[in-house]
Parts: sequence; C-alpha cells; structure tokens
Amino acid sequence: MSPAEEDQIKQSARNGWLLSAPALFVLTVAAVGPLVIILLYSFLEAGKHGNVVWNFSLEGWQSILWTKDIFTDSYVWADAHLTIFWRSVKLSFMTTIFAFLVGFPTAWFIATRPPKARAFWLFLITIPFWTNLLIRTYAINEVIRAQGLLNTILMKIGAISKPLELVYTDTAIFIGMTYVYLPLMVLPLFAAIDRFDMRLLEAGYDLYASRWDILRRIILPIVKPGIIAGSILVFVPSLGAYVTPRVLGGGKQMMIGNLIELQFGQGKNWPLGAALSLTLLLIVTAALLYYVKVANGEKSHG
Amino acid sequence: MAKPSFQVARLPGFSTVAMLAFLALYIPILTLVVYSFNSEISMGEWGGFSWKWYEKAWANEAVKDATLRSLNIAAFAAVISTALATMAALGTTRRRVFKGQTFIYVMINQPLMVPEIVTAVALMILFGLIKTVTGVHGLGYLILAHSAFCIPFAYLPIRARLEGMDLTLETAASDLYASPWATFRRVTLPLLMPGVIAGMMLAFVVSLDDVVITEFVKSAGQDTLPTYMLGQMRRQLTPEINAISTGLLFITVAMLTAFFLLTRKQD
Repeated sequence: MSPAEEDQIKQSARNGWLLSAPALFVLTVAAVGPLVIILLYSFLEAGKHGNVVWNFSLEGWQSILWTKDIFTDSYVWADAHLTIFWRSVKLSFMTTIFAFLVGFPTAWFIATRPPKARAFWLFLITIPFWTNLLIRTYAINEVIRAQGLLNTILMKIGAISKPLELVYTDTAIFIGMTYVYLPLMVLPLFAAIDRFDMRLLEAGYDLYASRWDILRRIILPIVKPGIIAGSILVFVPSLGAYVTPRVLGGGKQMMIGNLIELQFGQGKNWPLGAALSLTLLLIVTAALLYYVKVANGEKSHG
Repeated sequence: MAKPSFQVARLPGFSTVAMLAFLALYIPILTLVVYSFNSEISMGEWGGFSWKWYEKAWANEAVKDATLRSLNIAAFAAVISTALATMAALGTTRRRVFKGQTFIYVMINQPLMVPEIVTAVALMILFGLIKTVTGVHGLGYLILAHSAFCIPFAYLPIRARLEGMDLTLETAASDLYASPWATFRRVTLPLLMPGVIAGMMLAFVVSLDDVVITEFVKSAGQDTLPTYMLGQMRRQLTPEINAISTGLLFITVAMLTAFFLLTRKQD
C-alpha cells in the first residue's frame, strides 16, 4: 500500500468519526451517560424524603432481596420483591411463548402469500407495531374490562350472568402484553421465513416426511435465528414493561418496571430503585449477548 | 416455478390461526375507534353517531395544551435526530470499514436495547440535578431526551437508502470539478431525500408516542398527550380518551402510509 493510499484510508476513518460525532454526543448526554449516574446512586444512602444522601452504602443492592425487620433488626427475605420478580419473569416467558405460538403461523401465512397480497398483510402487522403502546393497552382494556366489549357481549348472549373480573389480574397483564408485543414476534419471524427455500419442503415430501416431520426437522431448525430474534424482541420489553402492567394491573399487580417507579415515588428509596434498574439492565444485556452468540454461531455453521 | 410451492407450503390450521391473530389485533383498535363516536358514555348502549367526544376533547384546555406540546417536541426531536442520523449514516456507510465502527453502531442502537424504564429513571436523576443547579425547567430536556432515542429510528432508513446508492454519480460530479459541498448538496442529498424524509417521519411518530421517558423527565405542567392520557386512565374512563386516541391513531396511520409509499418507490 502506498503512503498516499494509507493517508486516504486514515482520512476516510477520520471523516467517519467526525460525521458521527454529533449523534454520539447527544446519545452520550441523554442515553448512555445517565446510566453511569444510576450506578453511582445505587451505592448511596437513601434520603429520608426521597433522593439520596451522599454516603457510600450497599443498602440499595441488599434491599433488592432482603429487608430489615424493624423489631428484631435482622434481615429477612423481601417477599414482596420476590413475588414481583417471579411475576415479571413468569409473565414475560408466558407472553413470549404464546406470542410465538400465535406469531409463527401468522408469519408463515404472510410469507406464503403471493407478493402483492404479502405487502398488504405485512402492512396490517406494521400498523399496530407503530401504534402508540398506550393506545393499544387502552384498546385491549376496553375489550376486557368489567363493562367492556367482551363482558357486554357475553352478558347479552347470556353466557355469563356476572362480568368476568379480568382487569387488575396477572391474566389481564398477560393478555395485554401478548397483544401489544405480538407484532414484534411476527416481523422477525416473517423475515426468516421469507428467506426460507420452499423447495426444501418438496424435497422433504418426496422423501415421505409427514407434515409434522417437515415442520419439526426442516422448517423450525432453519428459521431458528428468526425465532430467537422474535423471542428476544418480545421478552426484553415484557420484562421491562411499565405501561401495560400499570394500566391493566391497576397498581396492584406490579412488575419490575412499576417496582422501580415506586422506589422513586412513594417508596422514597432511590438507591434501591437504581439497583433494581441496573439488575433489569443486566438481565436484558445477558439476553441480548445470548442472542448475538447464537446468531453468530448460526452464521458460522453456514 | 414458484407457483406449485404454495401448495407444498400449506400447513394445516396455520391460516386459521393467522386470521384469528389479525382479528385479535384489530378488534380492540376498531372498538376504540367506533366507541369514540358513541353519543352514550357506556359501552352497553349505542346512542347513535356523534362528534360529541371530539368536541369535548378539543374544548378541554389541558388536551389542547398537551397536543400542541406533543407536536412541538416531536417536530424538534424529529428534525434534530434526523440531522444527526443523516450525518452519522454518511459517516458509517460507503467507506472502508474503520476501527470503532462497531462501537458507533452499538451507541446508535443503544436506545433500542436498554429498557425504557431504566433510561427514564436515569434521565430523571440527571436532569433533576441539572434543574436544581440551574433552575431552568424548559421543554429543552424533553426535546433532548426525545432527540436521543429517535436517532436509531431515523438512522435505519437513511442508512438503508445510502447502502443502495453507489458512488458513481458523486465521482462524476467531482470529476467535473464540483466542490465536496456542491456534490453533497446537488447530488448526494437529493438522492438521499426519500430516506431522510422516511427517517424523519419515523422519528416523529416515535417521539409522539413516547410515554415512559416523558413521564419521568417532564416537569410539572409539561404533560404531552400520552402522559395526559396515562394520568386520565387512573380516573373515570370516558369516550373522550377514545377520541384523543383515534386522533393520534389517525396521525400514525397517515405517516405510515406516506412512509410506505416513499420507501416503495426505491425499488
């Protein structure tokens, strides 16, 4: 390589950085940088009326799992927190699995339409995807609440005599999250199925495979990266959900997101809130790293 | 050649599940829209078509205020994030891969990966500190926060557009002694424009829809439409919320349709 060429490459890299610099600056100030502040706050002492006192303390991290018993001064398991963690993880897994069971046939259906119809069906998935999450949560609430559409219809036809009490339960949150995150499952699955070579199915049938064999041994292994991508895209926002459990859980059935908010509000325990935020961030990062690892592994296998 | 494979690709029950999924996706949204036109307050009765709830929402000072604030923030955030994303896209495409490029990608996509509640809490602490120190409480904080999380949404379509453009026209321009700036303004930017507009529209919609970060960053009296609605949902639910939602829904669908038409022209 001649020195002139080398200079050109250096120049090109420098321009790349210079052009990206303003975006990086704004992201550092208003997205990445503030995360450092949470880390700092998680190691401080809680102020009496909220905020923090600038003394080092591990209390924030400790109180994720243990609370101090006021009478005996000993530490006991923080049952309320454990219940909320369990609910968050359980509902997120249920949401992911159910979204897959519904989303996979849906994505398959879209991907096997002729091109013109495919664009139409895809557009129908995209509209809810871009529609305000709050509006969609409110919409599903309109259907399942006590005087909502579902109960009104069921009562009119006489299937039930008393409205079903769905709202403010785990079931409501599960229904709501599946509803709002379903498009996040369908879109990556569609992308994977769209690349799938349908001739493999002919080959499979020629070799006397049953439909079940075809699905299990040909389709699912090949579209696996899409399944993982969709699952991560549903699982991650479910775990950090705030709006859906707030509206459909009515403040009673909390998830981690609501527990975090509580610490910065009535709970007046900012260090605990900060520690909980970082815990959530760590779990999400682990899930994303797992995805990157699997996705890269798939690539190297061909 | 592709025709016969449609038969092979049939899996029993899949179409039924898909149809049910589409129904499940649209029935709640359509219910919400239909009942925004109901003159009765309860869902049990249909009192006939009426614009009543729209008039009521529009007469509500708090709603009007929140609407204007939402549009204001979204407009600023869309323009700022698109400008930054366009520069970053120009910096990270159509050149030899350079050291640190992956870092730039990770930074740009960071708002998509971190749970919103975590960013919201972090911004609340940081901006809270700044607010106490400086005493400034303007809309600037919200605009800055929105600009940041809109960057990846603006960046993706612009980058996609750039990757589909080769450098021949730019090379031709500079061969004809056009200055780099003239080349950018007269050649690159016009070609890139559909991507830029698409990116700006996505950023606008994303900013307009934000609930969580706005809820934590806003000072008193800075409600946007979504945070106003979230507050109302704690109280009595009236079809006024349906009317506001339908309005927002209409903006989103209009923007998306325009977006699809813009990006389709490419191919």
